Amino acid sequence: MGRFHRHDDGTVHEHDHEDSHDHSHGEHGDHGHASAADSEHGDHSAYETGTERVEVLERIFGENDLAAAENRTAFDAAGVTVVNLMSSPGAGKTSILERTLEHLQSAGTRAGVVEGDIETSIDADRLAGFGAQISLLNTGDGFGGECHLDAPMVRRALDRLDLDTLDLLMIENVGNLVCPAEFDVGAHRSVMVYSLTEGEEKPLKYPVMFRSCELVLLNKVDLVPYLDADPALFAENLRRVNPTARVIEVSARTGQGLEEWYAWLAEAGVTTVTEGEPVGSGA
Amino acid sequence: MHELSLCRSIAQIADRARQGRPVAAVHLRVGQLRQVVPETLVYCWGLVTDDGPLAGSRLEVESVPVVLDCRACGETTRVAHVLVLTCAACGSGDIELRTGEEFLVTSLDLGPPADEPAPTPTPTLREQEA
Ligand SMILES: Nc1nc2c(ncn2[C@@H]2O[C@H](COP(=O)(O)OP(=O)(O)OP(=O)(O)O)[C@@H](O)[C@H]2O)c(=O)[nH]1
Ligand SMILES: [Mg+2]
Ligand SMILES: [Zn+2]
Repeated sequence: MGRFHRHDDGTVHEHDHEDSHDHSHGEHGDHGHASAADSEHGDHSAYETGTERVEVLERIFGENDLAAAENRTAFDAAGVTVVNLMSSPGAGKTSILERTLEHLQSAGTRAGVVEGDIETSIDADRLAGFGAQISLLNTGDGFGGECHLDAPMVRRALDRLDLDTLDLLMIENVGNLVCPAEFDVGAHRSVMVYSLTEGEEKPLKYPVMFRSCELVLLNKVDLVPYLDADPALFAENLRRVNPTARVIEVSARTGQGLEEWYAWLAEAGVTTVTEGEPVGSGA
Repeated sequence: MHELSLCRSIAQIADRARQGRPVAAVHLRVGQLRQVVPETLVYCWGLVTDDGPLAGSRLEVESVPVVLDCRACGETTRVAHVLVLTCAACGSGDIELRTGEEFLVTSLDLGPPADEPAPTPTPTLREQEA
């Protein structure tokens, strides 16, 4: 745990961070630890000198992670496998879900969807008619137009689902390559949909997102003949940031590759584990 | 993008921990793998704390570099660019993150319990490394 001591000039410094990285005091510059008082001049204002530093050490995602753990407990108690689907806008999450729900219905798997959408019910409407329970979450509605789903939002969406009658719940996160990766929602498995039209370099630009998933559905491969896009280059870039992620090439349009995705889902249903720490629960 | 909601979480933590005392500064430790922009965070802090008990407090962000351990060769790499998380010694991507994912409120600078009006220090902007 951090210890603090007071220097002659009245400033207070911390030593011994609580986490595993150890560094000497002199390294603080490397940490970009800077404030007006620290870096520009040692002149702490009169107000500052009267202050006392009190240690807190509380994780900023603590509350979200607590809610995520509660969600996971509820999923486990109901025996539901939960898959978080993330992508940039328009990669094809809803299109893949339409196909998937149709398949699950014929396979006798009882499915549900939490549909995250900023404003509309367009995606949720597209998913109606396949016998699945759909719970729409408009993040623009009381959540401040969030760019991601977080665990308390998903918990609210669960009120409109009967978990006990579900085998599989899929969460369509808000289309965004940054924020959803930071927030654990309590899902057991994280999957990305990535469309070839987005460019092969994206794993390098959004490493946190691409590290957070165990499977990438490489969608829109029906367009390969018309694009100068290279699935192999994408896979190589993905490997650089996430060596263990699996890639399944699919097309929601033609149905190519979807059988392999369905097999993955069926497998997930029997092997679901609650371990595997998502990015959002770090530190 | 979600700095506003992060600031709300930080404000809740600070408010719980301040023991009813005025807050001069809130110190954070943020790993460079966290996709937050410190400047945006500081800006949003001003908005979120505008009219509450934390008004006028500064947000101080300590940025922690990404350090990883290689499972293949055992070397430790300090990552300069967070885009590629590979071992500098052997190039392996089979790595374990040692630091870079921190996201904590580490401490508060608290004024005396008295209810003297707190001056309003100007919020400070901070460096952001590439
Ligand atoms: N050619 C082709 N187009 C596709 C495929 N999958 C989806 N699309 C098209 O891509 C567009 C976006 O698809 P959506 O399923 O709405 O994507 P989304 O990820 O749900 O989008 P948001 O929810 O808005 O983030 C639509 O016009 C789809 O018809 C595919 O496999 N091939
Ligand atoms: Mg959609
Ligand atoms: Zn190595």
